[in-house]
Amino acid sequence: MNVHEYQAKAILRKFGVPVPDGHVCYNGASAREWAKRLGEGPWVVKAQIHAGGRGKGGGVKLARSSSEVQMITRDMLGMTLRTHQTGPEGKVVHRVLVENGCNIANELYVSLLVDRGTSRVTVMASTEGGMDIEEVAANTPEKIVTEAVDPLVGLTPFQCRKIAFSLGLKGKLTNKAVKVLTNLYATFIACDCSLLEINPLVVTAEGELIALDAKFGFDDNALFRHLQIGDMRDFDEEDPNEIEASQHDLSYISLNGNIGCLVNGAGLAMATMDIIKHYGGDPANFLDVGGGATIERVTEAFKIILSDKNVKGILVNIFGGIMKCDVIATGVIEAARQVGIQVPLVVRLEGTNVELGKKLLAESGLNIVAADGMADGAQKIVAAVAAAA
Amino acid sequence: MSILIGKETKVITQGITGATGLFHAQGAREYGTQMVGGVTPGKGGTVIDGFPVWDTVAEAVHATGVTASVIYVPPPFAADSIMEAVDAGVELVCCITEGIPVLDMVKVKQYLVGKKTRLVGPNCPGVITPGECKIGIMPGYIHKPGKIGVVSRSGTLTYEAVWQLTCIGLGQSTCVGIGGDPVNGTSHIDCLRLFEEDPDTEAVIMIGEIGGSAEEEAARFVKENMTKPVAAYIAGVTAPPGKRMGHAGAIISGGKGTATEKVAVLKECGISVAATPAEMAQALLKVYKP
Repeated sequence: MNVHEYQAKAILRKFGVPVPDGHVCYNGASAREWAKRLGEGPWVVKAQIHAGGRGKGGGVKLARSSSEVQMITRDMLGMTLRTHQTGPEGKVVHRVLVENGCNIANELYVSLLVDRGTSRVTVMASTEGGMDIEEVAANTPEKIVTEAVDPLVGLTPFQCRKIAFSLGLKGKLTNKAVKVLTNLYATFIACDCSLLEINPLVVTAEGELIALDAKFGFDDNALFRHLQIGDMRDFDEEDPNEIEASQHDLSYISLNGNIGCLVNGAGLAMATMDIIKHYGGDPANFLDVGGGATIERVTEAFKIILSDKNVKGILVNIFGGIMKCDVIATGVIEAARQVGIQVPLVVRLEGTNVELGKKLLAESGLNIVAADGMADGAQKIVAAVAAAA
Repeated sequence: MSILIGKETKVITQGITGATGLFHAQGAREYGTQMVGGVTPGKGGTVIDGFPVWDTVAEAVHATGVTASVIYVPPPFAADSIMEAVDAGVELVCCITEGIPVLDMVKVKQYLVGKKTRLVGPNCPGVITPGECKIGIMPGYIHKPGKIGVVSRSGTLTYEAVWQLTCIGLGQSTCVGIGGDPVNGTSHIDCLRLFEEDPDTEAVIMIGEIGGSAEEEAARFVKENMTKPVAAYIAGVTAPPGKRMGHAGAIISGGKGTATEKVAVLKECGISVAATPAEMAQALLKVYKP
């Protein structure tokens, strides 16, 4: 799960990480009033969407007067912001963050993440603040320092000092950096983050360290113990079908193709998308119905797939292990009747009670094409969609 | 012979009084596994469908001498259950539970250092040595005793590979599901090393997916250390970046962990890579003559 920048900064403030004073605003008039309360300017107005690269897309603007804050806010709200992370359709801005500007002397980069190689939380830091860190890693990897954290001890002051010195910080700034890093690690652990990125962490002309931008990724598996973070979820930022699917315990991700997939198991679901592509088709979604799929869940899965108007055919690929094929077949028939499937439907069943499952499908009177194996299923659905086009 | 488990292996189920735990304990018993009981705190001294129940893993180990446990405990409590089994000296712990917070697993991973326990999983189907011992949720009947080792991050894709092998008459020595989480107990490399050392495994199928770099590291291990032929399949060629594909670990982040990148490294290291998931057994036959 992700949150907006203003929410991220509120969390950081709570954990003692310095951030600029600011306030989230939903209309121009309140933005103007908040600007006056925050300080004497200049201010920065920042579009709040879940995507990076906002500056280049016109989503971050400097204002020198409170009336300029109002004007910028009015223009920004409702606009569709396109950045390299939003895709060509862009994202509509529903709220902005108005905050005090600061005198930037130097920009640094700091992030924390769970490193799979070491199975530890790792701090990454670089002098190349404000840059895309992937580019820094690719072009000048020597400019990135990393420090792995022993989970039983936590991030130690000596590790923080090592990072601070490698960033070229001197004097009082070193101590300030130790405090910021310690507090960032405390935030990461307390909130069950999967990623916490401060880019840039700025050194101001006054000699302060401030987190000018902040990006959180929270571990979805840990949200059960963070109700307040769960409440920050902004459904406007997510695909409506993905929200619907998550409410039925279905794992669904929408893609740009026209062949819907309904599969059990995450690995098999990915592999099904791949084999469709291999035979010249284009998958419309990833969908894992899970091991304990019931008739209701299969029906919901069909509804979600069909609500995507691009879908011109559906491939069901089930390897029934514990799940029996006749149960799945019954679910598919029931769902097909309830939902009224108008596009070609190819079903591949394998595993427990497969013969019974195939018999049920054949006798259902529905227009279902049976497939033997994944390759056959993929070829048949690709051909059916091509024929219908 | 086989790796990790065999007919002598005795197993307890942690979370045996839950519906899932009991269901799969019964399934494993029917398969012929020595399922000697289970653990549910507060229900010690009771018996459920013939399985004696203990309050703690230590008591169960003391009473039965088990060397393996399988965990079906819900995600908020699963990490604690793993550590309890480690503390009790259980040699092999299979954690089936999906959805454990990753920072819990970071702690578990540290806790395992210097202990004799091997953890398989979490978020995995378990381990099976066909005809001898089944620990986990995989359907037993698709397997057949034989000489091929299978290691995979995905459950249903493992079944797919096993079924392809069984259909062409190739049995399996042991099949290990290492799980789809970013931090897990046993890696591809751990299993490859065990298969290389196992006299009754002649070849290996390795199944990977997008995310991380475990498959690339495994490929280099194969090139440098393995004499037995290896075939592989990587899922997720069509997966978009930045999206978590069902498994917590299956995500392309920062342009890293793509299937294309992994396939290239695997091929460089002499591994026979299946072009589609339907061709895993055929890919093996290109490098292995039964």
